[in-house]
Amino acid sequence: MLEAIFTYEFLQNAFAAGILIGLIAPLLGAFIVVRRLSLIADALSHVTLSGIAASLFLSKTFVMFNGLNPLWLGMGFSVAGSLLIERLRAVYKHYQELAIPILLSGGIGVGVIFISLADGFNTDLFSYLFGSVSAVGRSDLYLITGIAVIVLLVVFLLYKELFLLSFDEEFGKASGLSTKALHLIFMVMTALVIAASMRIVGILLVSSLMTLPVAAAMRLAKGFKQTIGLSVLFGEIAVIVGLISAFYLDLAPGGTIVVSSIIILLAAIGYRNWFAVKKS
Amino acid sequence: MSHHVIELINVNYRYDKEQVLTDINLAVPEGAFLAVVGPNGSGKSTMLKLILGLLKSKGGEVKLFGKPISKFREWEKIGYVSQKANAFNTGFPATVYEVVASGLTKKAGLFKRVERKYKSEIIDAIQAVGMQDFSNRNIGELSGGQQQRVFIARAIVSRPQVLILDEPTVGVDAKNVQTFYDMLERLNVELGITLVLVTHDTGTVSNKITHVACLNNTLHFHGSAEDFEQVKDQDLSAFYGHDIQTIHHDHSHGVH
Repeated sequence: MLEAIFTYEFLQNAFAAGILIGLIAPLLGAFIVVRRLSLIADALSHVTLSGIAASLFLSKTFVMFNGLNPLWLGMGFSVAGSLLIERLRAVYKHYQELAIPILLSGGIGVGVIFISLADGFNTDLFSYLFGSVSAVGRSDLYLITGIAVIVLLVVFLLYKELFLLSFDEEFGKASGLSTKALHLIFMVMTALVIAASMRIVGILLVSSLMTLPVAAAMRLAKGFKQTIGLSVLFGEIAVIVGLISAFYLDLAPGGTIVVSSIIILLAAIGYRNWFAVKKS
Repeated sequence: MSHHVIELINVNYRYDKEQVLTDINLAVPEGAFLAVVGPNGSGKSTMLKLILGLLKSKGGEVKLFGKPISKFREWEKIGYVSQKANAFNTGFPATVYEVVASGLTKKAGLFKRVERKYKSEIIDAIQAVGMQDFSNRNIGELSGGQQQRVFIARAIVSRPQVLILDEPTVGVDAKNVQTFYDMLERLNVELGITLVLVTHDTGTVSNKITHVACLNNTLHFHGSAEDFEQVKDQDLSAFYGHDIQTIHHDHSHGVH
């Protein structure tokens, strides 16, 4: 494996990108899970799909869009979707979860229209849906690195504000925190992480990397910082094991990463239960 | 600057068409222990939200430390403990220490890290509520009464001058309620923190409160606890019916 990494540039790209998203997806995921926004992340990933499909369609139809990396439009759609979700949640104050099916189906619907217009499924689109070991180009890697730097910086600088927003929004407001602005920043970051992650795990499985490692970590951790630390550790293990097995078995890495995450999750639940039995 | 830490002048509030508060005039002197009592739906929580700036009054004026609330910025002077039941997610993976540290978010300022810089303040606050043996436990593992003490610690860690509590003993088992109020009294007497407490269990707090406000959309009584003793029998049963427990204001049984 090591030899292959030194030999093939595409593998270097995939592993570099994988390690970056193995860091930022569970990091932000920890906040997403405790704020009970996991499904919103899922809805956003489907909106990203329509952006990717739109971009693939444009580059196929118009020469001027030929060199455009679909990640840009995917990211644009995802960020726009995150702002739209907030609007919808304000409109349906008492049915805030309605925003999820609206965006989820809307994202797929628009996506499917562009896919049909572009004459259907091709391998390129398949790699966006389920991830790919070989499809990560240099320009993808640069974009993913840029997003990772932004996300790390924001979480590092606003950690205590994000913690308070997640733990007790009302108390945050009462102590003078501008929760609205903070929440908006948070949603935009979520959109960015989704755009960054889909090259490796695929649009349909992006939210798994934000939630499964966190779900496992919560079984074991004491405190929120430890939850974040363990989530990142589990996320990295899942990505690395997933990428290696995807490469050798010639599978879509989205699938292998999710299966690795689930194995880790089951192990965490099992360990906790076994430990609890032993203790009592 | 006036010596009143909180002042409400002709304050009104309504949700859509329902008038919840009408012409409320209330002044809380420094160092007071004010109990706000009233039946459900009387606007108690709404009044607290107006004081905390979570809602904006529709007519009238709210002043904090002599300043109109729109110009007030020193929110670290005011601590807040909400009704525990609807305030937080008990499965949240945070330790007692982390929760208490989060009370310093505003005081520390943007981009600053709190957990090391304010270590002694955090430890002091945890000690003040008697939770020092639990600081590394997850908040969800504690009992309702212990959780509420942690929330008090979070509210006092920024050394506020006023502490506002919205029915803090909801969900706290009866035998711990008394300990809880003893702790509040210490905060009031020893640290000089002004307390505003919305409550139903007036019977338990009675010998500690200095002022009473009876609210039922309008303010029916507002004054010292002694004066309240005089009027309550004739006046209040009519307004509150069976919903209020009688206040036994007896200074002689103050042994703690």
